[in-house]
Amino acid sequence: MAAVQGSQSGPTPERKGFLGWLNKRLPVDEFMRSQLTGYYAPKNFNIWYFFGSLALLVLVLQLATGIFLTMFYKPGEATSFDSVEFIMREVNFGWLIRYLHSTGASAFFIVVYLHMFRAFLYGSYRAPRELLWILGMLVYLALMAEAFMGYVLPWGNMSFWGAQVIVNLFSTIPAIGPPLVEWIRGDYGIADATLNRFFSLHVVAVPLALLLLVMLHLVALRQTGSNNPDGIEIKKKLGPDGHPVDGIPFHPYYTVKDVVGVGVFFVLFTIVVFFVPTFGGLFLEGPNFEPANPMSTPEHIAPVWYFTPYYAILRAVPNQRMGALLMGLAVFAFFLMPWLDRSPVKSIRYKPFISKVALAIFAVSFVSLGYLGLQPAEGSYVMLARIFSVLYFAFFVLMPIYSRMGTPKPVPERVTYHAH
Amino acid sequence: MAENVVVGDDAVDLSRRKFLTTATVATGAVGAVFAAVPFIASWAPSERARALGAPTELDVSKIEPGQMAIVTWRRQPIYVVRRTPEMVEHLKGHDELLKDKDSESSEQPPYAKNLFRARLPEVLVLIGTCTHLGCLPKQRFEAASPEMGASWPGGFFCPCHGSRFDLAGRVINGSPASVNLKVPPYDYPSPLKLVVGVDETQKGAA
Repeated sequence: MAAVQGSQSGPTPERKGFLGWLNKRLPVDEFMRSQLTGYYAPKNFNIWYFFGSLALLVLVLQLATGIFLTMFYKPGEATSFDSVEFIMREVNFGWLIRYLHSTGASAFFIVVYLHMFRAFLYGSYRAPRELLWILGMLVYLALMAEAFMGYVLPWGNMSFWGAQVIVNLFSTIPAIGPPLVEWIRGDYGIADATLNRFFSLHVVAVPLALLLLVMLHLVALRQTGSNNPDGIEIKKKLGPDGHPVDGIPFHPYYTVKDVVGVGVFFVLFTIVVFFVPTFGGLFLEGPNFEPANPMSTPEHIAPVWYFTPYYAILRAVPNQRMGALLMGLAVFAFFLMPWLDRSPVKSIRYKPFISKVALAIFAVSFVSLGYLGLQPAEGSYVMLARIFSVLYFAFFVLMPIYSRMGTPKPVPERVTYHAH
Repeated sequence: MAENVVVGDDAVDLSRRKFLTTATVATGAVGAVFAAVPFIASWAPSERARALGAPTELDVSKIEPGQMAIVTWRRQPIYVVRRTPEMVEHLKGHDELLKDKDSESSEQPPYAKNLFRARLPEVLVLIGTCTHLGCLPKQRFEAASPEMGASWPGGFFCPCHGSRFDLAGRVINGSPASVNLKVPPYDYPSPLKLVVGVDETQKGAA
């Protein structure tokens, strides 16, 4: 403990031997101090603060499993489907590597959605963290592109028709739409050219962009510091040592906490990988176990669960161009959160009742749309999707009004924390 | 700005330096745009893809009246329906059900911009991908069938998002699709010998 305390304050002590040699050439100690042992995070983090580190863990897991899948996968109309079956049946532990990757994709979205909801709860998107939030949203966009293109690669029938539906969304753009779609596909339909460019983007371009954006997200986090469940700035109350009195060094305190989260995560994750890898058709859809067939649409096209809220919005609108536009706006609305929320307090703990109701309605709408996006577009499902789409957008559009209504509870000077 | 003033031979002309910096950045940006052209162009359909988009032929006389054949052209399914005289007659009776009865906003060659949306009233040629999001509409030719309801004029039903079209590929009210099914360019070099992908304006492969 004493050694850790010593490394937090004052200049890094001079080291001797190899580490001394190393530190003169590479700022290892300086990096550790500035990023981990000397980086102070609020001491009142709760369970919602596991998901950022878990997202990073899943990213590493996807990169590792993806590298190995690329060794056996052969992109191409004639080879893709067979090579995935080859991985599943004949590559040693290929089934495990692929199920880790496919389950990892869904796990990625689960932890990212929970991570985002944490920001909704505690106002983590608000000043001074607007850019942190926007960088996080760009990570989310890159992740959606990555997941979509990854889903095309096995070249099953749902891969094909999913790509057909999503790429055709661009044809609704006025004037440039149809030639743009032809340019994206590189052919007159979803074809070998499309598959190969999606492979390149999925394996090289988007992961590079993801890594860059995640790094920027973390750099921005180091600049502003973490928000916390009370939504107050710990930097406003500094102790005599110049560190926030309500902060504790990220390492060792939160690294140890996060390791516990990693343990729990892997228990749940491996249960899915080993026992329910398709998750009843939610993580891997049934029609994707048939090869792509341009002459046969699956009876019912649904994207993987993490896109279904937006898909439900798309289908709820009777006009095609408006549907595609609203689908895009549904994602874009998140970017505006820092400026839509006009509440005098950040955290849901101190917000008035009306803001709590609004967030609850939004959460219910998002989950309901997710469910409706999996159902066929007919009868009462469409009507429900319309109702929840209206509620979804009302949450954003009316936020500048309702976030100023009601009287917030008084915000404490110091974070709420009880030693265990 | 006083601190920037240096006398003698070392004097820096800041306005000149700024001009040179701007000119260098602008030239570099123009170069970057030109350098991007080949990479962007590489995504367009390749020569091979264009060659494989050559016209497709079909002998329509081999299709029974009331039946449909599907051929592929440019990776798209082409629906060829040999309409019966009753089917042709029936196209007139349900204008109130249609979003765009005169095919004003849909894509079709000029010779298919008529009531039948075809060169010959008895042969319907369509690109069989839903104008909503590209699924394949299924044939539901029987009018007023129990499955499709009493007002059903006969036509196509898309299982993906429920778009409906009549027997000329015209979109029916309440469908998520807004536009009638597309008609490809086609011609009959000799009677009932259909060639898809060629007409007066388009000769041969693209």
